[in-house]
Amino acid sequence: MRVVVDLTRCQGYGQCVFLAPEVFGMGEEVLRYDLDPPDDQRDHILRAAAACPVQAIHLDWTAMRAVPESRPCGVRFEGRIVIVGGSLAGARAAAALRRDGFTGPLTVVGEEDGEPYDRPPLSKQVLTGHVAPEHTKLPRVRPVEAEWLTGTPATGLDVAAKKVLLADGREVPFDRVLLATGTRARPWPDAAEAALTGVHTLRSAKDAAGLRAALAAGPRRVLILGAGFTGSEIASVCRELDLPVTVVERGPAPLVSALGGVIGDVAAELQREHGVDLRCDTTVTALEGDAGGRFRRAHLSDGGTVEADVAVVALGSIRNVEWLRGSGLAAGVWGVACDAGCRAVDLNGLVLDDVFVAGDIARFPHPLYQYQFMTLEHWGNAVAQAEIAAHNMISDQAHRWPHLAVPVFWSSQFGVNIKSVGVPTFADQVVVTQGSTAERRFVAAYGYQGRMTAAVTFDQGMWLEYYQSRIEQAAPLPPGDVQSARVPERLSPSAEATVVVTGHDPAERRVSLLHTPGGVTS
Amino acid sequence: MTCPFQRVLAPSGRPDPYPLYAELRATPVARQDDGTYVVSTYQEIVSLLHDPRVSSRRRDLDRTPAFIGLDPPEHDRLRRLAMRHFGPPRSPGRIDALRPQMQAVTTGLVDALAGRNRADLVEEVAYPLPVAMICRLLGVPAEDEGRFHAWADELIETLGPGEEDRAEREQARREVTGRFDRYLGDLVDARRHDPGDDMLSGMIADGEMTRDEIVRTGVLLLIAGHETTINLIANGMLTFLRNPGVLARVQADPGLIVPAVEELLRFEPPVQLISSRVALEDLTVGGVTIPAGSPITLALAAGSRDPAHVPDPDRFSLDRPRNEHLGFGGGVHYCFGAPLARLEAQIVLTELVGRLRGPRLVDDPPPYRPSPILRGPRHLVVDYDDVTPR
Repeated sequence: MRVVVDLTRCQGYGQCVFLAPEVFGMGEEVLRYDLDPPDDQRDHILRAAAACPVQAIHLDWTAMRAVPESRPCGVRFEGRIVIVGGSLAGARAAAALRRDGFTGPLTVVGEEDGEPYDRPPLSKQVLTGHVAPEHTKLPRVRPVEAEWLTGTPATGLDVAAKKVLLADGREVPFDRVLLATGTRARPWPDAAEAALTGVHTLRSAKDAAGLRAALAAGPRRVLILGAGFTGSEIASVCRELDLPVTVVERGPAPLVSALGGVIGDVAAELQREHGVDLRCDTTVTALEGDAGGRFRRAHLSDGGTVEADVAVVALGSIRNVEWLRGSGLAAGVWGVACDAGCRAVDLNGLVLDDVFVAGDIARFPHPLYQYQFMTLEHWGNAVAQAEIAAHNMISDQAHRWPHLAVPVFWSSQFGVNIKSVGVPTFADQVVVTQGSTAERRFVAAYGYQGRMTAAVTFDQGMWLEYYQSRIEQAAPLPPGDVQSARVPERLSPSAEATVVVTGHDPAERRVSLLHTPGGVTS
Repeated sequence: MTCPFQRVLAPSGRPDPYPLYAELRATPVARQDDGTYVVSTYQEIVSLLHDPRVSSRRRDLDRTPAFIGLDPPEHDRLRRLAMRHFGPPRSPGRIDALRPQMQAVTTGLVDALAGRNRADLVEEVAYPLPVAMICRLLGVPAEDEGRFHAWADELIETLGPGEEDRAEREQARREVTGRFDRYLGDLVDARRHDPGDDMLSGMIADGEMTRDEIVRTGVLLLIAGHETTINLIANGMLTFLRNPGVLARVQADPGLIVPAVEELLRFEPPVQLISSRVALEDLTVGGVTIPAGSPITLALAAGSRDPAHVPDPDRFSLDRPRNEHLGFGGGVHYCFGAPLARLEAQIVLTELVGRLRGPRLVDDPPPYRPSPILRGPRHLVVDYDDVTPR
């Protein structure tokens, strides 16, 4: 039986642990669980899923007693729908389309072989060895009748002819298409160094299997490049496995690019307390191998070196949008622009009626954040946006929904459950409103020009809902010991895009995108 | 016409408060004459359960209360210390491991119904199982049950709600809690010299709680550990017997007891009201500003039947796909003993449904216990043809 917990919703009540202690485990607030528990746990799991106060546990529909709910939304779209991307967002959108009464032909194109799987465990219970990488498949929450073309990446989109082009030369026609191709790990820029044995990235289940094997082999030391969420979680696993670990971070502290400097400082203390050799304001300049092509040491910007057997490049992700080059969509390294209803925008700024976007690549305007365009690489956003996109794909314009979810994100590292609601980088001030940073149990509220825009909790997830409602109400930042947020400057989203406008007649004026030679730096 | 909430509190409201709750929901945040604000709609209750500006701290006592009457961070510290010996992270399997004992006790209680055709399921089943289990967990001698059962009943009558007779109730409360404290205090002293594998011994051995803290935690768990589950079990049989279709389905498919107990927690919750919260500052909910210092009552039972939250709320259904209810409250004060109550109710109701042949209610509605907060039948007399042997 497959299990996945929506940790966006989970508030740490622990009822699942009481009722199925062989499947679910919990630290103070961090939930770890087996995604593919044995069948003899079925009775326990059903009790646990029923008891969850926020109904965050999802199981295979075949294990449930009730037939999955169906809520036909009235409006009928009978054309052919193609979903490009077979991971979380794509799979959820397919399920939502069927649930909402779409009965037409449905095709899902996926680059990876096999069924969609859950990625968050890959940097947690998979790396510790508690869960095998192949045991992370997402539960089938309902029967979904669809044609799955997996193992075949899409290579192009012809908007005018309404076709998706595949790598094997096939063309898949559509009436409406959903783009949900997600991201991949940003590789180490020097290809030869990146190819050394012992140098890893982490995005796919295959990556996780390779890294797990490398950690299980007992390396002298693990070097992690980048202290974002993925890098920090891997460092946490290394310490849990009692492996020496060095983390090299370009910024002043871990997690700064997501949570700002105030919480970053707490994260830095947390890492050091757990024995991480953390080097901030430092970068790796070169990875060096031995004659056998094995990674041996890294050279740092401060002139030092780190001897290690394993290097994990955790420098963020790259959006899988290259295949959209030439499609005429406003797509680039910053994502695929769309409106709040997930409809793609073309280079001219025109909204397309039949092309939709969801998940990590969707760059959408958020009214709560001054209508700024944002992309969110969050599990919860992929699910929420897929639902909105699916609904809008089969609804007429009078019944479309805007994607207005306040972003929620979680990470577990060094025994602490970190959650955030809102956009913490959209802030100029931070105040700790509950608990204490010294005890690593607190809530920090973020504000921009006096209005609450985000909150971050360390082992205080039950309060998140309150802060979410305050953010939604544009409530003032609570008083207290207010500090400067020290968030990185927001990237000007168009900095990397150069366009030219051609034509004079209104019927002819069009934008085209100039691609910078040598690609884009970040 | 008096306010619907006053009619909920009146004894005449006990058998069926739900039409009154429906009236109450027309005014989601209703100010009472005594200054209390009663909140009765799902969203508004959930938001206040998670609002740090709403305090659970009892200020009217001459001593520090147990964690149910404290706010973070004191609440969190004491609850975590008690949790060490009850559930995760330290003792994740403790409650699940009690299942065989719960089953054995239950089987014995139902065996004892054989050879006759009438029983009071409150006295003979719904009460004895939770008491046996909480005594075992805490390390309280089961033979003392006669003493503390009477005290617990008295104590529940002092819960209110209402502001008018508060002083009187507090006096009664002080007297009965004094008796409880002395009883548990003696027990703690005894356990200190002769420890067992129970919660009291565990809290003593940790050395992180004062004697008073252990005593108050013990009193809380002893009372809450059975006074609520009795009602869950009794309300469960009452609901099944009122809904023969439901009873037949659970008899045919015992696995349905799991969604059935969740639905009971929504439909006939043992804890109907939380009456002890106070606004720490002015706060606006449902368009109403509750002034700082105002008492707040959360009508959990009304919220779980809010048609804006759940379709067809007054129907008991085994098929709700995502049953989110307020049966155990929410937020940091979410019921400590919820897993114990769930398992006890699942096991007892499975046994009763599976073994009582031809059960039927003798009195409908049955006589109710006085409290509008912890609401449930005083007796549930049932006639039956036979008891299927194990």
